[in-house]
Amino acid sequence: MSDFIARRPIWSLVILLLLGFLLLLVFTVWTPGMEAMFGRKRVFLSALFNGITLGALYFLVASGFTLIFGLMRNVNLAHGSLYLFGGYVGYSVASLTGSWLIALIAAFVIVALAGILMQVLLFRWMEGQDLRQTLVTIGVSIIAADLLLWSYGGDTFQVTTPEWLSGPVQLPFVVGLRSNGDAIMMTYPLVRIAILIGAIILGVAMWLALNRTRVGMLVRAGVDDRDMLSATGVRVQLVFVMVFAFGAGLAGLAGVVGGTFQSLQPGEDTKILLSSLVVVIVGGMGSIPGAAMGALIVGLAEQFGSVYMPTYAVMLTFIIMVAVLAVRPQGLAAVRR
Amino acid sequence: MAIADPRPVIDVPRPRESLSELLARQGTGFWVVVVLLLVMPALANPFWLVQIVAYAMILGMIALSLMFLGGYGGIVSLVQMTVAAFAAYLVAILGDSAITQISMKWPWWMAVPVAVVLATAFGTLSGALSVRTEGIYTIMITLAIASAFYYLCLQNYTIFNGFSGFNGVLPPVFLGVNWGESIPFYYLALVCTALSYWAVVYCARAPFGLALQGTRDNPRRMAALGFDVVAHRIAAYAFASVIAAFAGVLLVWYQRQVSPGTAGIGPVVDILIIAVVGGLSRPIGPFVGALVYVVLRTFSLDLLTAAGLDGRRYQLVIGAGFLAIVLFSPDGLVGIWQRLRERHRRSREAKAAEMRIGGGEP
Repeated sequence: MSDFIARRPIWSLVILLLLGFLLLLVFTVWTPGMEAMFGRKRVFLSALFNGITLGALYFLVASGFTLIFGLMRNVNLAHGSLYLFGGYVGYSVASLTGSWLIALIAAFVIVALAGILMQVLLFRWMEGQDLRQTLVTIGVSIIAADLLLWSYGGDTFQVTTPEWLSGPVQLPFVVGLRSNGDAIMMTYPLVRIAILIGAIILGVAMWLALNRTRVGMLVRAGVDDRDMLSATGVRVQLVFVMVFAFGAGLAGLAGVVGGTFQSLQPGEDTKILLSSLVVVIVGGMGSIPGAAMGALIVGLAEQFGSVYMPTYAVMLTFIIMVAVLAVRPQGLAAVRR
Repeated sequence: MAIADPRPVIDVPRPRESLSELLARQGTGFWVVVVLLLVMPALANPFWLVQIVAYAMILGMIALSLMFLGGYGGIVSLVQMTVAAFAAYLVAILGDSAITQISMKWPWWMAVPVAVVLATAFGTLSGALSVRTEGIYTIMITLAIASAFYYLCLQNYTIFNGFSGFNGVLPPVFLGVNWGESIPFYYLALVCTALSYWAVVYCARAPFGLALQGTRDNPRRMAALGFDVVAHRIAAYAFASVIAAFAGVLLVWYQRQVSPGTAGIGPVVDILIIAVVGGLSRPIGPFVGALVYVVLRTFSLDLLTAAGLDGRRYQLVIGAGFLAIVLFSPDGLVGIWQRLRERHRRSREAKAAEMRIGGGEP
C-alpha cells in the first residue's frame, strides 16, 4: 500500500480525493443543487449499497474461479454451472429442512464433492493442456445446464430468507430531511448486509489462510511454480484436489447466497460466469485481493450503470474491462511474472 | 517491422505450386466431394440443399475462420461468430429490411463491402485487444467481448433495434437471378465456401502462414528471429475476420433476419464446438463439424424420440458428443479419420512386408 503511494503519488492522490468525495456524498445531507446533479440521495445510496453487496456475491464466485486458475491454470468455464448447481441444491435442502444454514453448508459440501469428481475424473488426466481443459469445462457446462434444466425446469426459484435475517435495518446515513427538520435514515435489507459481512470475513480468512498457514504456503508455492513444488516432495495432486474442491464449494455457497437475494433460473450460470470472468480480468487472474477489487468495481459499475444509464448498464462493465486491458493487461492487482 | 519478411524462408516443407499442380495432387476423395457438391442440386430437394448443406457451409466458414486462428496461430478466439453477426447486422442496417425507420436502403453492392470492411475492422480491433494477453486468457477476453456485443444488440434500439432485431432482409436480385432461391443460393454459398477454403489453404503455406505457425509453436524464438509476433497475430485476426464477415453476410441472407440471438453466447460457443468436433488441425475439419452439427441439430428430435428418449435433450447429446471428442480425440473427427487411415495403411504395409518376406525365401 505505502509502496503504491510512493510509486504513484498522483494516482494515489486522485484515488484519495475520489474516496473523500464519495464519503462526502454518503454522509452529508444533499443540497437541492446536488440532488439536481445526482438524482435523489436515496437512489444514490441504495445503488451504492446494492453495488457493494453485489460485489460481495461476485467476490464469492470469482475468488474460487481465480484460485483454481492461479494454481492449476485451468479456466473453469463450468464455474457458472457449479454456482447454479449449488443454488438449486440449496433450494432443495432449504425447502426440505427449512434451515438456511444447513442449505448453505449442504451446497458447499455437495458442490465441493462435484468439484473433486471433476478434478479427479477429468482434469487430472490432461494436466498442462490448458486449452483441452478449457474445452472440457465448456462441455461439462453444456451438459450441466441441460441436466439442471431437465430436473428443475425453466421456473424461477428463490431460496427463502431465514427469519433472523429478513426485514430491513436502519443505517446511520441520512437520506433526507423531513419538513420539520428530522432526519430520515436509510433502511436496508438485513440479509444483504449479513452477506456483505460474511464475504468480508471469508475474504480475510482466505487471505490469512493463504498467507499464514502451511497449506496456504503450499498453494502459493504451487501458484509460483508447481513443478518445483512437486519436486520438493509435496503431493501436489492432493493440493490441486483440495483447492478445486474449495473453489467449487465457494461457487456452490455463492449459489445459495445469490439464490437468496436474486433468483435461480436457467441462464443464470452464463451470467454469473461472465461476471466472474470480467471480475478476474479486471482484478488480475490468480489473485484474491484482485478478485475483491474487481468484484467491487464490477458490482458498483452494474448498479450505478442501471440507475444512471439504464440502456447501457451491461456495456459499462465491459468498457471498464476493455479500459483495464488496454492500460494494464495483467489486471489491476496481478504481479507480472 | 513488416509482416511479410523479405528474407527467404529456408526449409519450406512444400514449394509453392500453381493451381493446376495443386489440383493434380488431390486424391480421389477430393474429386468425389467436388463433383458431389456441384451436382447436389440435382440430387437433393431444396430442404436438404439450403437448410442442411448451405447452412452447414455458412457455419463451416465461420468455424473455418476460428480454425485458421486456432490451428495455425494457436489463438482460440470466441469472437468469430460475433464478427459474422456484426456483418449480418450491418447488411440489415445499411441495406434494406422490414424495419424501414432504421435501414438505410443502400444497394447491396455498396452495403456488402462496407459491412465486410467494418466487421473486419471490428474483428481486428478485438484481436488487437486480446493479443495483449496470452494463450488461455484469450478465450476469456474474447468471450467477454462477444457477450458485450450481444448485450449491446439486446439493449440498443436506435441502431440495432433491440430484442427483435431486423427481419425481411432479402438476398439481392442480380444478373437476372434471384439469389434467394434455393439453387442460386446454394451455388453462392458453395462459391464463397470454396474461395475461403482455398484462401486458408493458400495462406497456410504462404510466408505469412508459415511465420504464423512459427509463432504458434515458439513465439519467443520467432521474436528472436526478428518476426513481430503481435503483428502476425493481429494480421491473422484480420484475415479470419474477412472470412467470418462474408459468412455473416451469407447468414443474414439465409435467415432473412438477424437478432441478438444470432450473436448470443450459445451460437458463439457452438462455433467453437463445431471447429473442435471437426478438428482444428486441417481446414476441412470445420466443414465436417458443421455438417455433423447441423444434421444433429435438425434431426435430434426425431433421433431421440426414435431411441425412446426425451426429444428436448438435444443439448445433452451435443454436449456429451463434444466432451467425448475432446476427451478421446483432441484433433476432432478429421483426426479420427486420419488415424483410421494411418492404421489401415500400416496394417497393409505390414501385410505386404510379411508376404515379401514369406515369398522372398524359396
